[in-house]
Amino acid sequence: MFKGNFINNLPKIYGTYTGGFIVFIILMAIAEQAGMSAKVIGICFVAFTVLIYALIGYLSRTIQVDAYYLAGRQVPTVFNGMATAADWMSGASFVAMAGGIYFKGYGYMALLVGWTGGYVLVASLLAPYLRKFGCYTVPDFIGTRYGGNLARLSAVIVLTVASFTYVTAQINATGTIASVALDIPFNIAVYVGLASILMCSMLGGMRAVTWTQVAQYIVLIIAYLIPVFWISNKMGAGVFPHLMLADEVARIAELEAQFGLGSVKNSAADLKQVPKGLSGITKAHAEVNTTPWKFISLAVCMMAGTASLPHVMMRYFTTPSVKAARRSVGWSLFFIFLLYSSAPMLATLSKLSLMDPNLATGIIGKSISEVQAIDWYQNWNQANLMFVSDFNGNGTLELNEFFMGGKAVVLATPEIAGLPYVISGLVAAGGMAAAMSTADGLVLAISNALSHDIYYKMINPKAETAKRLLIARILLVLIGFAGATIAALEIQGILGSVIWAFDFAMSGLFFPLVLGVWWKRANAQGAVAGMLGGLAAGTAYLIAVRSGYPGFLDITQLTFGIVGSVVSLVLMIVVSLATKAPDAATQKMVDDVRVPSGKAILGRQH
Amino acid sequence: MSKQAQHWEKTRGLLFVTLAIWFVFSIGIFLFGAEMEASSIRPFGYPLSYYMTCQGSLGIFVILIFWFAGRQEKIDEEFGFSEREDD
Repeated sequence: MFKGNFINNLPKIYGTYTGGFIVFIILMAIAEQAGMSAKVIGICFVAFTVLIYALIGYLSRTIQVDAYYLAGRQVPTVFNGMATAADWMSGASFVAMAGGIYFKGYGYMALLVGWTGGYVLVASLLAPYLRKFGCYTVPDFIGTRYGGNLARLSAVIVLTVASFTYVTAQINATGTIASVALDIPFNIAVYVGLASILMCSMLGGMRAVTWTQVAQYIVLIIAYLIPVFWISNKMGAGVFPHLMLADEVARIAELEAQFGLGSVKNSAADLKQVPKGLSGITKAHAEVNTTPWKFISLAVCMMAGTASLPHVMMRYFTTPSVKAARRSVGWSLFFIFLLYSSAPMLATLSKLSLMDPNLATGIIGKSISEVQAIDWYQNWNQANLMFVSDFNGNGTLELNEFFMGGKAVVLATPEIAGLPYVISGLVAAGGMAAAMSTADGLVLAISNALSHDIYYKMINPKAETAKRLLIARILLVLIGFAGATIAALEIQGILGSVIWAFDFAMSGLFFPLVLGVWWKRANAQGAVAGMLGGLAAGTAYLIAVRSGYPGFLDITQLTFGIVGSVVSLVLMIVVSLATKAPDAATQKMVDDVRVPSGKAILGRQH
Repeated sequence: MSKQAQHWEKTRGLLFVTLAIWFVFSIGIFLFGAEMEASSIRPFGYPLSYYMTCQGSLGIFVILIFWFAGRQEKIDEEFGFSEREDD
């Protein structure tokens, strides 16, 4: 079906797919009018999309090494951009980002700037050069550039720590959405999520993940943009919200003043009643509410982390050329921009819907009993994502008496704004797509590093193709299960662990990768010291801060990557200069990496 | 100087320009968050600080990467280092 001219047919295939998905949405909308229940619509959306991904995963099965690790190096620029965007935008971006902006305002936006600005570093410092190198995995680059198994092993260790921290959060998100949409307990839903993730990646490795990620991007972007545009138009806020919400932003500031934001504080005893994980609005919507250093340090960590996370970097190994890798970074960021620039708009619309007494949907200022009688309030209260309480006993809901979970901004806003349920079903499918696509990329990054770098390059270099791919698949399943098992324990929040993953990656990998291309004198001893020393320093700081150490320079547990990467940089330079310069062959290799033309350093099959 | 050394020099030059622009819009302007907020420059009516975090810097990064890619391709062509299409 998709054989032969598959690559040339891509626009047609995904065009048809997008059309088909829209038809499916319309059919669901009709079914809703005809009386199909909300539950069934939710199940249909999630089940239908997951089955499509599984089908794509099955059709992309392969027994070739370069297809399994590199998708055959033939992914066109724009499609690789979409796949990277899906790979990149996790369940956290999709479900939690708008909520973070809603509650924390300007201070949180450092994440938006960091998660996009990092791509400038990817494009200019790393991606084209690593593509020229021709490596299968990120440790493959480190191992070949610096030489020696110790460097390779160190890179695998950093990669595993960072990616594993990240993947548990993603499997957790998949489980959360599956449990809500399919109405099953969380600790079972986690494994349902895992099964869907493995179906997409196991048979076809990178090739299958690539083509499912493109499909997942299409679902997630439709699911994110439709509600934003719809609510904005319904509210009369503007046809094109991104450019037209200035009045709404100003109106929120006005209402914040009117409702006494910041002046009325809840007592500790009152706050005890609020269920865990829910918060009220305590920060102004658009005011600058953090110090420049706090904003910048967080942005810097996210940027350097972006450039060091292996599951993103390896997407640029799949393009046909160095030139395509460079352009593909631009497309990735463009597709990410579409969602990221919409998240603040959704937060604005959501907040105004709830706050403005002139709107039918506004609840602040209404009587408590009236709010408690609203259908959607009851639903989301039951789901433990909303809570009101009459702290001051005046019978009216005040701004400081309304509490909501971060996820509710994305998940509940369509319902609050009075959109049909079909949109909520669509949003669930989008969240599932976002979490699955990232989990796929991460699980594959870890298992590829273990199978290629540890097993093939270090343990058994003579292994045949069939055996290598078998090992790769077994590892994929094992890592998936390990991730799901930890996710089922629910020991950490989704967003916190995502940020940690960036800090870990930055601590151990940023400078060893960048200097590998940009500093010829960097050698294996320096790189190993940089990777292990950076990771150890970052981790030590994280543990210290978490156990009560006040830290220095306002570096918190969200920005410990600064400590790690500075230690990594210093160690790398000092140790490199104290030991022998790399040999002539290595220097020649770095020269070759710096020009796009000519053969890749590592062959197609290696 | 060899062709390769010249190529690398130009590539490095482009990198510095790119990183300088990146620095301004990812770090530089956020040193002045409060000033941006008070500024009378209000793109589409939004406060400047809000606009830059929502769209401004993000959009500039997208344009910057495409601009960088175009310039780098020119440099590669100039020195005959660009890849053959069928490669």
